[in-house]
Amino acid sequence: MEIVMAFVCGFLFMAAIYLILSRSLLRVIIGTGLLSHGAHLLILTMGSFKGSSPPVLSGHDASDFVDPLPQALILTAIVISFGVTAFFLVLAYRAYHELKTDDLSLMKGSEEHE
Amino acid sequence: MNNFLLLPIIIPFFFAMILMFGQKKIAFQRITTLLGLVISIVCSLGLVLNVYENGPQIVTFGNWPVPFGITMVSDLLSALLVLTTLILAFFIVWYGFGSIGKDREQFFYYPGVMFILTGVNGAFTTGDIFNLFVFFEVLLMASYLLIVLGGEKAQLQESIKYILVNVISSALFVITVAYLYSVVGTLNMADISLKIADIQQPGILTVIAVLFLLVFGMKAAIFPLYFWLPSAYAAPPIPVLALFGALLTKVGVYAITRTYTLFFTHDLAFTHEILLILSIITIIAGCIGALAHFDVKQIIIYNIVIAVGVILFGVAQMNETALEGAIFYLIHDMIIKAALFMLIGIVIYVTGTTNLRKMGGLMQTYPALGWFFLIAALGLVGVPPLSGFIGKLLIVQGGFEAGNTWSSIFILASSVAVLLSVMRIFIYAFWGEQGQLSSDVQKSKYNTLFLPTVLLVVLSIFYGLGTEWLTPFMGDAAKLLSDPSIYTDAVMKGGE
Repeated sequence: MEIVMAFVCGFLFMAAIYLILSRSLLRVIIGTGLLSHGAHLLILTMGSFKGSSPPVLSGHDASDFVDPLPQALILTAIVISFGVTAFFLVLAYRAYHELKTDDLSLMKGSEEHE
Repeated sequence: MNNFLLLPIIIPFFFAMILMFGQKKIAFQRITTLLGLVISIVCSLGLVLNVYENGPQIVTFGNWPVPFGITMVSDLLSALLVLTTLILAFFIVWYGFGSIGKDREQFFYYPGVMFILTGVNGAFTTGDIFNLFVFFEVLLMASYLLIVLGGEKAQLQESIKYILVNVISSALFVITVAYLYSVVGTLNMADISLKIADIQQPGILTVIAVLFLLVFGMKAAIFPLYFWLPSAYAAPPIPVLALFGALLTKVGVYAITRTYTLFFTHDLAFTHEILLILSIITIIAGCIGALAHFDVKQIIIYNIVIAVGVILFGVAQMNETALEGAIFYLIHDMIIKAALFMLIGIVIYVTGTTNLRKMGGLMQTYPALGWFFLIAALGLVGVPPLSGFIGKLLIVQGGFEAGNTWSSIFILASSVAVLLSVMRIFIYAFWGEQGQLSSDVQKSKYNTLFLPTVLLVVLSIFYGLGTEWLTPFMGDAAKLLSDPSIYTDAVMKGGE
């Protein structure tokens, strides 16, 4: 299972980097979304997939459960990346209105640049 | 159990929430912000004295036993940094009254500042590696707001890149924490330190150490990762620039210092050698940038990069002398960078340009500004009685002790480039023929800008002259960095 997850994470990172390197701002934002998905899956994998009983309830075999901590970490990280993506989308929309382009290669330099 | 150490984090957060209301009443916003900052400064001053007398203070949330709950740890280094942060924020907010502009003041500038302080103080205080990530995000979210606030074209354009860089580095941070967790099985920083000492840092942990350097180096702007900094920092107005330049990169530097002195201390020949080489190249890159530009903002921004290199050089030596120097230099640099950005802001205000070639002769019209700029510039370089001297002296001395003779001499030589870069501003802007002058300089506005700046420069002078009184604090902080067992013992005991 870990091997499969490693490939899935790798594929997500690959797609994310491909998208982030493109010129269109919207693709870049989707790329950052995929990047954080990859990171979250990686944390899940790091907690390992062994164990069959619920972690906290008593009355089960205490040695046979999945580490619940990585899942708590993912929850936090998902909320944060959700907030950042929302902000980024709004910013991209505003920037498109002000700068009249969503092409990142045109967004460089300024009038007073030497 | 002592909740006192949480106050410098909670008070700015609380005041930020209050400031969300009544956004159009500028007087209310200003007074509430200053009130919040003064209360936080008093609390953090008390915290520094408390930590100095009683050793590191620990709070564990929810009363969980230590390695399981989130721990907040305030040792002398973090307490001093929190105090410096709040004092600088006070002066920068005061300075902002004259230059930030009514539109921004009415549109959540002050809550943004308070939230960024929450994040910065939290990052300095936390004793949990994942919690560090969360506080990084808090300060980054606030910094996204401050960098784009105003919505000018340059700001929108640069903040997109700034956010992109930080989103990628945050993802890397999460990945690195996941790797670290899978190896040591804990997130508590003291516990990680003990676990790594148990297993004697195998190769995988060295990889993680380099990943951490990558993550924090992106924030701290070390050599290959500083590319985003100059253009992004030049976009927002001067008070925001001063806040970012003085605080944000220093959080990255602090995180590198913490992880490289607490966790990865078993393979110095590899990890700290990389840090040493990168810090040297960082200084070179910064010097080239600072000497190449004719834009006053850019010159000082590149000086941030140089200072980051110098501090990390001190950290890379890993002996008590150099670490004490690094702490001295870190706090010196926070103060003097804020002061220099504020001075530059005044120069830009009275001339109406950032281009050095168009300036000149300000010494006749604004002599006081000239003299204070000269003092701040000499302080930055480290001319003896001023604040930069003792830090650099100890760093170089530590470098000699560690046997890095040539690189230590290089650090000394780099001071000449720093001197040259700031003297160029002095010569071009203050000497010579009268250059461009802005036509609408109001005396009262000029004074609002000038007074906090002068006080901050005076503070930096006292920081240099008062070395004798500060040495016990810095010495204790450095002792804790060079001997992680003080930190881990305090945390492990603190939960009970």
